Amino acid sequence: MTRTEERAAPVEYYAADVGDWDDIAASAVASGTDRLVVNMGPQHPSTHGVLRLVLTLDGETVENVRMNVGYLHTGIEKSMEFRTWTQGVAFCTRMDYLAPLFNEAAYSLAVERLLGVADRVPERAQVIRVMMMELNRISSHLVAIATFGLELGASTVMTNGFLERERVLETFELITGVRMNHGYIRPGGVVQDLPPGALDRVRRVVDEIREGIAKLAKLLNANPVFVSRTRDVAFLDLRGCVTLGVTGPVLRSAGLPWDLRKSQPYCGYETYDFEVPVQHTGDAYGRHLVRMAEMEQSLRIVEQCVERLASLRGPVMIEDKKIGWPARLALGADGLGNSPRHIAEIMGSSMEALIHHFKLVTEGFKAPAGQVYAAVESPRGELGVHLVSEGGTRPYRAHFRDPSFTNLQALPAMCEGGQVADVIAAVASLDPLMGGVDR
Amino acid sequence: MGIEERLPGGFLLGSVEKIAGWARKSSLWPATFGLACCAIEMMAAGDPRHDLARFGMERFSATPRQADLLVVAGRVSQKMAPVIRSIYDQMPDPKWVIAMGVCASSGGMFNNYAVVQGVDHIVPVDVYLPGCPPRPEMLLDAIVKLHDRIGQARLGERRARQVAERDSAALTWTPPAEALGGAR
Repeated sequence: MTRTEERAAPVEYYAADVGDWDDIAASAVASGTDRLVVNMGPQHPSTHGVLRLVLTLDGETVENVRMNVGYLHTGIEKSMEFRTWTQGVAFCTRMDYLAPLFNEAAYSLAVERLLGVADRVPERAQVIRVMMMELNRISSHLVAIATFGLELGASTVMTNGFLERERVLETFELITGVRMNHGYIRPGGVVQDLPPGALDRVRRVVDEIREGIAKLAKLLNANPVFVSRTRDVAFLDLRGCVTLGVTGPVLRSAGLPWDLRKSQPYCGYETYDFEVPVQHTGDAYGRHLVRMAEMEQSLRIVEQCVERLASLRGPVMIEDKKIGWPARLALGADGLGNSPRHIAEIMGSSMEALIHHFKLVTEGFKAPAGQVYAAVESPRGELGVHLVSEGGTRPYRAHFRDPSFTNLQALPAMCEGGQVADVIAAVASLDPLMGGVDR
Repeated sequence: MGIEERLPGGFLLGSVEKIAGWARKSSLWPATFGLACCAIEMMAAGDPRHDLARFGMERFSATPRQADLLVVAGRVSQKMAPVIRSIYDQMPDPKWVIAMGVCASSGGMFNNYAVVQGVDHIVPVDVYLPGCPPRPEMLLDAIVKLHDRIGQARLGERRARQVAERDSAALTWTPPAEALGGAR
């Protein structure tokens, strides 16, 4: 084909918006072929939240998949531009709501890099962060596997997965005060130290979850129905993954051991002993196996964290008075609040401390002008944060590279040419979280 | 909306109301409908620990045509609003709505261009459940409260009178701050 012919050739046109239903139906009629256009979502029990898929079917075969996102657009990035750097944590934790601690950690790492204080964050805070993130990875993968089972019609998997997840959530509640949307990891460290008895609880929970995961593996890994619905389904090879920017368990199921915890360590991950599980099948079953193995590795990391925290003493917030949140929380009769000792100090003995507290809490700290990118390995892949600062107390722009969003674009490559029933397995194996996709 | 709604008023109706209310509240079928963080806690309410099946509610209905409870679990974006309305319209009468979490109740912390400031702009809400997200136990509490309400619901003409009474009570309700003598 010559260059002129190439230019004259009709260009296939893909609208970013799927378009009006009447137009889609009219064009299907006009094409004269026997195609069925099916609208799946946004309210569909197995699209992981409010994802809308428009499938063109030829009998049972999927000819074309187009996605429409934005049904959960919450304006989080825009809202963050009107809040201080510290308040931003409360917003970004609600993006990918199954992995709130990863959102917080990525954002906090970015703010610390912007401030140039990344190496002054206390050691104890970093270990607590790692422990919380790994526990969160387990709870997130448990939901991924639980909903995977549910969407393939196995509610036993769902109930068992959620039972194990409850154990993690109870631990979170003990440490952060809430089950989800923690706001626990803040720029400069973590908001408060571990409460008494937390390490014993984590030790116990690790043992319980290890047992639970073994039970789940027994239930699923060799289950003939599960295996026949996932093996060689939703195939995407390494080349496809890399071309589409896919990360996380989906990439690792295609054979590349790419994990930011190893390749670009943060929070001291280089000092922990763990492996990156890899499968070479590139199918939905491989992704399931990767997630199962990752939970085992996370448990190993949590155990190492507990060991370190038992002997590691020190602050959990940066010592810099201009950045570190001034007050610690304490449990009172009416719930969590500022510690009475801190209130006594600022109200009773130190005028300077009162002014300092007031300025930092109402106005916040200033970050120097510039832009940074920080990324963590979330349960779904590379979660990146791009922050731009004008030198003020608020971000000029906060942008998130959410792995769910990037991974979702691999869906047509996985589904087209396959069976319509396998679309469900493909979506479930990607494990997209619409809160992260739409933000 | 069966034959019980067409019964003439009279001495029998009280017992029929009780039976209809008991039957309705004992087997409420929620629509499988989740939006955001709260949806995960709603699923957690169905796990063996919280056990929604105790209330005859473990059967989440994938089609709104067979559901009589809509739990709006999460933030309602402008793009999702018409979808929620069409789901609600597809549900058969009688139907109930729980606004789960602060986002569905009032917009919550997301007071911005993207989020509808409370799902009651779109559908009538029976129970507002605060929390971000509310824990599964709180959802169970909201459901039990809704059950009480369903159990006491009247039928036919008496229902219209009950709704009118509730409406006028809500309109003449004095907020606590005013009852105490204005803003303090």
